[in-house]
Amino acid sequence: MAGVNFKNVAKRYGDVSVIEGLNLDVRDHEFMVLVGPSGCGKSTALRMIAGLEELSAGDISIGERVVSTLPPKDRDVAMVFQNYALYPHMTIRENLEFGLRIRKTPQAEMDRLVNEAAEILGITPLLERKPKQLSGGQRQRVAVGRAIVRQPSVFLFDEPLSNLDAKLRVQMRAEIKKLQHRLKTTTVYVTHDQVEAMTMGHRIAVMKDGKIQQLGAPLEVYERPVNVFVAQFIGTPPMNFLKATVSADGRMLEGKGFSLPVPASLAGLTVGRKGQQLVVGLRPEHLVEEGRALRGESAPLTVTVEMIEPLGDQVIAHARLADALLALKLESHRVPEVGAPLSARVELDALHLFDAATEQRL
Amino acid sequence: MSAAPGERIPHWPLHVLLVVAVVLTIYPILWVVTIAFSGNQSLAISTLPEDPTFWDRLRAITPWPQTFSVSNFTSVMTEQPFGRWILNSAIVSLATTVVGVFLACTAGYAFSRFNFPGRRTGMMAFLVSQMFPGTLMLIPLYIILVQWLGLGSSHIGLVLVYATTAIPFCVWMLKGYFDTIPKDLEEAALLDGASSGQIFWRIILPLARPAVAVTALFSFMTGWNEFILAATFMDQELMYTAPVGLRFFVGGYSQQWGYFAAGSIIVSIPVVALFLFLQKYLVSGLTAGSVKG
Repeated sequence: MAGVNFKNVAKRYGDVSVIEGLNLDVRDHEFMVLVGPSGCGKSTALRMIAGLEELSAGDISIGERVVSTLPPKDRDVAMVFQNYALYPHMTIRENLEFGLRIRKTPQAEMDRLVNEAAEILGITPLLERKPKQLSGGQRQRVAVGRAIVRQPSVFLFDEPLSNLDAKLRVQMRAEIKKLQHRLKTTTVYVTHDQVEAMTMGHRIAVMKDGKIQQLGAPLEVYERPVNVFVAQFIGTPPMNFLKATVSADGRMLEGKGFSLPVPASLAGLTVGRKGQQLVVGLRPEHLVEEGRALRGESAPLTVTVEMIEPLGDQVIAHARLADALLALKLESHRVPEVGAPLSARVELDALHLFDAATEQRL
Repeated sequence: MSAAPGERIPHWPLHVLLVVAVVLTIYPILWVVTIAFSGNQSLAISTLPEDPTFWDRLRAITPWPQTFSVSNFTSVMTEQPFGRWILNSAIVSLATTVVGVFLACTAGYAFSRFNFPGRRTGMMAFLVSQMFPGTLMLIPLYIILVQWLGLGSSHIGLVLVYATTAIPFCVWMLKGYFDTIPKDLEEAALLDGASSGQIFWRIILPLARPAVAVTALFSFMTGWNEFILAATFMDQELMYTAPVGLRFFVGGYSQQWGYFAAGSIIVSIPVVALFLFLQKYLVSGLTAGSVKG
């Protein structure tokens, strides 16, 4: 078992820089999720751990070993690919055995490892079939199996669930999480799906433009996003943002169509920022309909409902406030009328304040 | 359910057209078969009497031998050195196939997967070489092969020529197929610990079987059917290939059409057999890349 360490890693293609100055310490036994929009460099980072991409600068070490220049086979890592990458001409058993056979594992040992992995993943009845006879979920299970039979010190997952349908994805998400909990193998998991990141990772690294924006436990990232990008990327529906100016006395946040008092808990942040432009972030669950139990200080806000999305247990309402669109999470028995004004209350303690110029959290 | 719009047009004109096309296609072949089994050396199926009736004329164009005999086949194989010529053809064609397919596979893989200086130029050069008629190369090839290398009337010489003419097409064909094999498979194998050689032999080649079958057949047929180059380079009778040998049954003072027909049939049997054997690969190989499954 081993951790993975990125030290000032860069990846450039000619003049185009994909990753610059990446530092990341994945701890031993940790489930680390790299999450970000496409093109943010998360897959490249993963492929650099695997040895499928060369580093332009810096070093990657696995455990105590610097592996930057080692070929993939000497890195002791296993990878699960987005499109499974099973060998189509081999049976499932041969697929699982391939890596062991290349490493000249004795037959008895190989049988034991393959049967064990098949047992864990529930694919024993499929062992003699070919990949094309399997469903997407089963194939993904085999791909995971191929990674675990080798007992590597690090698992790498490259968006392994994005080809599965929604229901299967939820199921496999839980299975991979359980598997990692059981095997305790250090895991680096790449996804663009923030729900996967939130639910699976011990820690998540939110990436954009080849840089880590924020690294932390999922709830920590959710509750204290360091900048506007992380705030809007993590959470569904995404956080609402309002442009506001700090009033002359520093006690109010004023913008088009609203004026919100600064709560005591945030007063320290707005002191001395009189007249400054801010971005106020507000999660949908903290913008609630009048009459519901509230936490901490609150202020009224009247919005116009434009669209509703009933989810069963709750209703997502999309509403307009001057030129801003806001999402609200409402209780399902109180479906608002489309086009009608809705009196809502803002839980002021849950506001996130960002500098409008730098987009960094205050 | 209503009929599809196309179904209202009657089928029979199409069938008539197809039947005519089929007859036109197989009639010459039937004629050759008839001559081969007639036991005679005549090109005609039957000799017309002085004053032929309609039935005589019909008989003359019906491809069915008047007398049935396999003597043409036995004579060709025993009295003539045709067996030897077929052996020559077999040696040359098989060697061409082995050399051609091996080089084309490795080259095609390199062109498909690796980036190296001259990659584009190389592929273009292969393409350009296909644009010239084969006879254009006859004189330079003769000078190089016979005068410089002294490989006239030898199997090796002919194999070299055939392989070099077959390889460009085979490389393009295989490169196209290799391009359709997802790179992820190789990356997965790399992580599984396989070397480039192991990936090529154990992952890529087994997956490229349809394309390899097509190129093998193409290489084999290049050697098996070729006439002009073989006729130019092989000037000793014992070294003739089958097509060159066939040519000498008819020409000059002999008109042994019976031998010619029997020989033609014997020569085409291996090709037909190969086609049947490789049929299932051929269909998937020739449509390779059109549908990514």
